[in-house]
This record gives sequence, C-alpha cells and structure tokens, in this order.
Amino acid sequence: MAEAVVPEVFGQLALGHYLILSAFLFAIGLAGFVTRRNMIVMFLCTELMFQAAVIALAAFGRFHLDLSGQVMVIFVLTIAAAEAALALGLVVLLFKRQPTLDAEVWSEMRDA
Amino acid sequence: MIGSPLLSLLVAAGDTAHASDHGHHSSHFPVALPTDGLGYAGLVLALPLISMILNGVYAISGVRSKLPAWTTVACLGSAFVVVLNLYLKADIEHPVVVPLFEWINLSWGTGAVSAPFGLYLDSLTLLWMLFVTGLGTLIALYASEYMESDVGPAYCRFFGGVSIFLLAMGCLVMGDNLLTLYLGWEGVGFASYMLIGYHFTKPSAVAAAKKAFIVNRIGDLGLALGIYLTWLHFGTLEYSTLFEKLQADGAISAAQQAMAGGWEVAIIPFLLMAGAFGKSAQLPFYVWLPDAMEGPTPVSALIHAATMVTAGVYLLVRTFPMLELHPAAAPTVAWVGGATALLAATIGMAQYDIKRVMAYSTVSQLGYMFMGVGVLSTFGAAAHVFTHAFFKAVLFLTCGAIMHGFAGQLDLRVLRGLRHVKGWRVVVWTMFYASLCLAGFPIISSGYWSKDVILAEAFANGRPILGGLGLLTAGLTAYYTFRVWFRVCCGPKPDDHDLAKMMGDDHHGDDHHDDGHGEEDHHHHMPHAPKWAVNLVLSVISLAAIGSILLVPEHGWLEHMVAKSSGAGGVGANHHELPADAGFWADPHGWMKYVASTVGLLGMAVASWLHLFNRSAADRLRASLLASPLKAVVRAMENKWYVDELYNALIRMPLKIKGHALHMLDRYVLDILVVDGLGRLPKMIGRTLSPLQNGVLQSYAASMAGGVILIALLILVLPMLLDLLGGAA
Repeated sequence: MAEAVVPEVFGQLALGHYLILSAFLFAIGLAGFVTRRNMIVMFLCTELMFQAAVIALAAFGRFHLDLSGQVMVIFVLTIAAAEAALALGLVVLLFKRQPTLDAEVWSEMRDA
Repeated sequence: MIGSPLLSLLVAAGDTAHASDHGHHSSHFPVALPTDGLGYAGLVLALPLISMILNGVYAISGVRSKLPAWTTVACLGSAFVVVLNLYLKADIEHPVVVPLFEWINLSWGTGAVSAPFGLYLDSLTLLWMLFVTGLGTLIALYASEYMESDVGPAYCRFFGGVSIFLLAMGCLVMGDNLLTLYLGWEGVGFASYMLIGYHFTKPSAVAAAKKAFIVNRIGDLGLALGIYLTWLHFGTLEYSTLFEKLQADGAISAAQQAMAGGWEVAIIPFLLMAGAFGKSAQLPFYVWLPDAMEGPTPVSALIHAATMVTAGVYLLVRTFPMLELHPAAAPTVAWVGGATALLAATIGMAQYDIKRVMAYSTVSQLGYMFMGVGVLSTFGAAAHVFTHAFFKAVLFLTCGAIMHGFAGQLDLRVLRGLRHVKGWRVVVWTMFYASLCLAGFPIISSGYWSKDVILAEAFANGRPILGGLGLLTAGLTAYYTFRVWFRVCCGPKPDDHDLAKMMGDDHHGDDHHDDGHGEEDHHHHMPHAPKWAVNLVLSVISLAAIGSILLVPEHGWLEHMVAKSSGAGGVGANHHELPADAGFWADPHGWMKYVASTVGLLGMAVASWLHLFNRSAADRLRASLLASPLKAVVRAMENKWYVDELYNALIRMPLKIKGHALHMLDRYVLDILVVDGLGRLPKMIGRTLSPLQNGVLQSYAASMAGGVILIALLILVLPMLLDLLGGAA
C-alpha cells in the first residue's frame, strides 16, 4: 500500500543509493569541519554529518519496513535542535571573549 | 648434721600439718584431681597483678613518692604469706590441681587442645614459690631505697616491672600445664627485657636488653616446638595426665613410647632443654646474662641471679620424666652444665668488674644445677637452686650497695678497705658470709651442702670426668669469690682522700634531692653508706641463707619436697646398696664432703695469698704469666674466651652481610627497576602521547575520523584476511 504512493522515480532507488548519499553528505561535513576555521561553519558541518546519519537511519528503517528508524530520526532531530541552541550559545560566549570566530584562537586549551 | 634435731622438728611439724589436713577431708586425694578449698591460691597471682595495675595508675597520676615501692612490697609480701599458708595447709604428699578458669579450649574434627588456667600445687611448686615470693618481697624493699633517686614515673615503671615479673614467674611455676608455663616463660622474658633496659636512654642498656630478648628467643623456639610435639604425641599438656601417661609402666614405657613415636618424640627432651639453656644462660646461649647486668642491681639480684634464671632448672625438674624419652638427654644436660660451669668460672676469674664476676659466677652455678639434673640428682639441682638463690642475692645486693655508694664504681682494682669505712659493716660481713657459701666453705655455709650433693651424685652416677670438672670449678669459684671480697673489703685503710678517688663517675641523679645545699659537694665526692632498708634486707636474706643449711642435707626437708614431685625419679636414683665392708672411697657421698671442702679451701688460700697478704703479687703473677707461653690463655680468659667475638663472626656477620645484600637488592633492583619502573611506564606513555592534544579542534576531529576508519577497516578487512588464510591452509 505504501509503495503505491511513492513516485515512480523513487521506485528505482535501492537502499544503496540512500547510503551513498548519506556517506557523501557525511564526507562533505567531515571535510568541511576539518578544513574550515570559522566556528559557525564548523558547526554547520557537524549538522551536515548529523543529517547524513539521519538519512541512513531513515533508509534502514524503510528497508526493514520498520518505524523505529523514523522514530530515531525524530529523536536525533530533537537533540540536534537542543544541541544547536547550546552550541550557538557557546559560540556567542566565546565571541564575547575574543571578537573573532576563528577556532584557532582557542587552541591554547591543551596540555601545557 | 648439726641441724638434725631442728630438722626433724621441722619435718615433724610438716607431718602433723598433713595429718590434720587428712582428718579434715577424711580421704586421700587421688593424684592431682581438681580440688576445692584452695581457690585462694589464685591470690598468689592476683596480688602481683594488683600491684602492677596500681603502679600503672601511679605512673599516670604522677605520684612522686615511695608509694609504688610500698604497694609492691605489701602485695608481694602478702603473696608470700599466701604461699606459706598454702605450704602449711596443702597436702604436699599429693599434687593438687586448683582450677581457676577456662583459658583455652579448642576442638575441631578429630582433635582438641585444652589448657585450663589452673594451679598445680605440689611440693616442687611450693618450694619454688616460697623463695620466689620471699626474695621478691625483700628485694623490692631493698629497691625502695636503691631506686630512690628515680622517684617519679621511672620509679613506678621499675616496680611495675617487678610486679609483672612476679606475676609471670607465678604463672610459670604454678601453672598446671605446659601452655601456662610457656605464658609465664615469655612473661618473665618480657619483664627481664623491660628491666634490663630500664635506663633506656643508655645505648649499652638498650643493646643488652635486646641481646637478652633475642638470645632467649632462640631457646624459646625450642621450648615452643617441644610443647607442640608433646601435645601432638601425648594429646595433652596438663601435667597430671601427661605424667600419668609417661609413668604408666615406669621408665620402660617412656622409652618404648619414644621408640614407637620415632624421632618426633625422641627430640622432645632436647627441645625442652634448648628452652631451659636459653632461659638459664647455659652454653651456647649464656652470653646474654653477663650483659644483663646493665639493669639496676635489684633486678640483677632478683631476676638474673635468684629466680628467673632458675626457671630452666625448674622446667627440667618438672618435666623430669620426659628426659627418659631419649637415653642421651640426661648426659647432654650434665655435660652442657659441666662445661658451662667451668667456662664461666674461668671467665669470672679474670674480670675486674665485681658485678660481672658475680654474673659469670651465676652462669657457673647454674651449670652446676644442670649438671645435677643431668646426673639424675633433681634433689641436688633443686637444693642448689634454693641455697644459691639466697647467697647469690646477697652477693648482688652488696655489690649494688657498693655501686650505689661509690657512684657506679665496680672496679676491684680501685675499691679497697671497705672493712675500715664507717657504716659498711653489714655490707662487708653479709658479703663475707655469702662468699663463704659460694666458695663452699665446710659446714657453716649453705653452698657446701648443696654443691656436694651434685658432685657426689656425678661420681656415683659413673661420671668421674664430669665430677672432676665440677671439683675444678669449685676451686676456681672459691678463688674468684674471695678475690672480690679480699680486694674490695680488705686492704689498707683508705683515708678521705683515697675514698674520694674511688668514686665512680655516675652521679645517678643525686643532684635531684639536694640542690643548693652545701652538702652537695660532699654527696658527690664521698661514698654514702647504705641506710636501713638495704641493711635490713641484707641481714634477713643472709639469715635465710644460714637457715637454708638446716633444710638442705640429705634425707632432709628439701629432699622430701623434691621426692614428692615430678622430679621424684631423680631422688635417691644413685643410692645403691653398698656392702658393709666397702672402703671409704667406695661411696662418693661419703668422701665428697672432704674432697670438695679441701678444694674450696685451697681456692680461698690462693685468693688470700694473691689478694690479701700479698696484694702486689697478683699483678706480678699476671705480668709473668703474660710473658710465659700461657699468655694466650690469660688473654683469652680476660676477653671472655672471645665467645662474643666468635658469635659475632659466625652468626652476626653472615646475617649482617646477608642483610646488606638484600638491602642492595631491594634498593637497586626492586626499587629502581620494578617499583620506579612501574611508575615511569605510564608517565612515558603520557609524555609520548600528550602532543596529540594540541588544542586544534580540526586535528581532534581528523584523528577521531581516522580512528573510526581504522576500526571500520579492521571489522571489514580482518574477516576477509582470516578467510583467505583459512582457505590457504
């Protein structure tokens, strides 16, 4: 019954496609996180990695005809929202101390 | 002999006491059954305990008077009265067990060990307790004056120690099983340690205390093992059942038991012996006793001359039936005793410190006692213990009075002419009488009677060489005893100037009680004569020594006392029926009196020639001996035959080297490689990895991703690799 609603194009898609998309998305996020210095951008990259994971979860849920994957997605989204609020708050606080968004500035937080 | 009418009177008095006792109970006691009505015997232990606790209380509450001394004297005196009462009331014909309380009672699977805390009252116990408590009281009284410069916490500690000693000695002598004996045995060892180390700020006293304690440990290990094997084989430690088992069929049974039990049983008498030799300062353990003279003199007199050191003799007389478990046991005791007697006497001859001469003489006389036990004369041994306790206590107490009066001076080359100094009469003449006893002067000295029994029994038991050694020792003893007396008490009359020169350098706290007085100088530089307590005690103990003459001769009170105890096997053991026409020399008991007293008189004559009539001859003799081939012997005697040095080289040095080697191993191998190495490992790992924590967020993320990739690869690739390998195989 569910299949009937799905548009034709999507009918061609197999689990593999979703997982490849998820992997690409994750790789983009990771690459962005490692290469960029701007804290907001790095934060956006982590969100990308989240979404990659979420896509994989949803795809597996669909593959197994099981709703728990979707349920997990909802949880992840909720937590990601909360985490976004926290992370942005942190960024604001850090910006107040040093008026820059460059993560390099904070690299003295390490072993002496 | 001269005392026989009095003696028979005494024995008769004892007999009537027993008769009335029998009438009272209207039946004979079976051997050593628990009995009621003598429960107050526990007071003999309770009184020193009370005194000990009170002394502790005094020390805490800071008593600064002679109260501790009077408390101790009162408690110990009461204990003596209780013992005397027990002697008059108890039926000494049969041992009696007075149960006090349950002490140890364990049982498991198939085994059980029980040691009730009970008192074994027989004639031997009472004999020992009579002189232990009696001398304890008198010497505590003496110490009340002797220790008076220490009034305060140290005074309390001293009398507390004396009380502990009496308590432990009571356990040792009166306990009705070997475990209680062992408790007391260790207790007296502790008291001895505590009192030798009384001057605990003095390094030599501390070393002497440790030496006494450690040397005794070796012997005590033997005793502990002996007790264990006794329990293992006989299943009991209580004297009454133990002796019943041993004496079931007399000596044959004991020997058979030993055969059946193998070496574990045959070794028991030797283990007990090791304990006895340690406590009673015999070869090879005697080295602690001379050093123990570091303790205050009353302690030397009470513990290290009269009472504690006779505990070894008590042990062997008490467990005399067990000596039969091996045929070589008794001869071993005899030879060790004889050898110690001679060795210690030769050392005593060449010492200049009068207290040390007395210490070696104690070792030597203890050797006689063991010789007595070894030649199966428990009576002789006990008799010598009894007489020796009194006269040796007097000798030590007089030495103590001299040491006290002359500020620590004990050198017989310095002291002289005490006989002519005012106020020393009691000291001089009690010392003279005690010296006569030690030298074995005929008839009027107590030592004469007891020493002769041992020497005669040695010959009667077919050990003439041993007896000869004993006779030689008797001669040497007479010589060194009178060497001390003639040197110290005789000689030209010293004037004030000479007396001041004799003073030692030990002020034993005199400045406490007369600071600011004009007398102080006088006190420091002139000897002070003993006061009433010392003189009284010396007189009373000397009278007791004279009195003991009446009790000692054969078939007298003392023989009766020993014959009714577990040492009975050795009483009259060597009295064979002699044909009526046997010559004078056939019975050693007959001729020994004359031979021994001749030897003693000879020793005294030599001493009087060298040290009384011709006082410079001794030095000339020594000089000429040192020039002669005998030089080595004289040097060796003056240096105590180098026994301490030998022990140092053979035992202490190897242990020290081993200790150092192990210390090095610990310090350089265990500490540096293992302990420090283990600590350094995480530190090194940390130092290697800490640069990774560089604070750059991106590098953390990269390494995290790298790690995930590695794990993923491992999970994916490893099974494939394993599959490949498996396929290849």
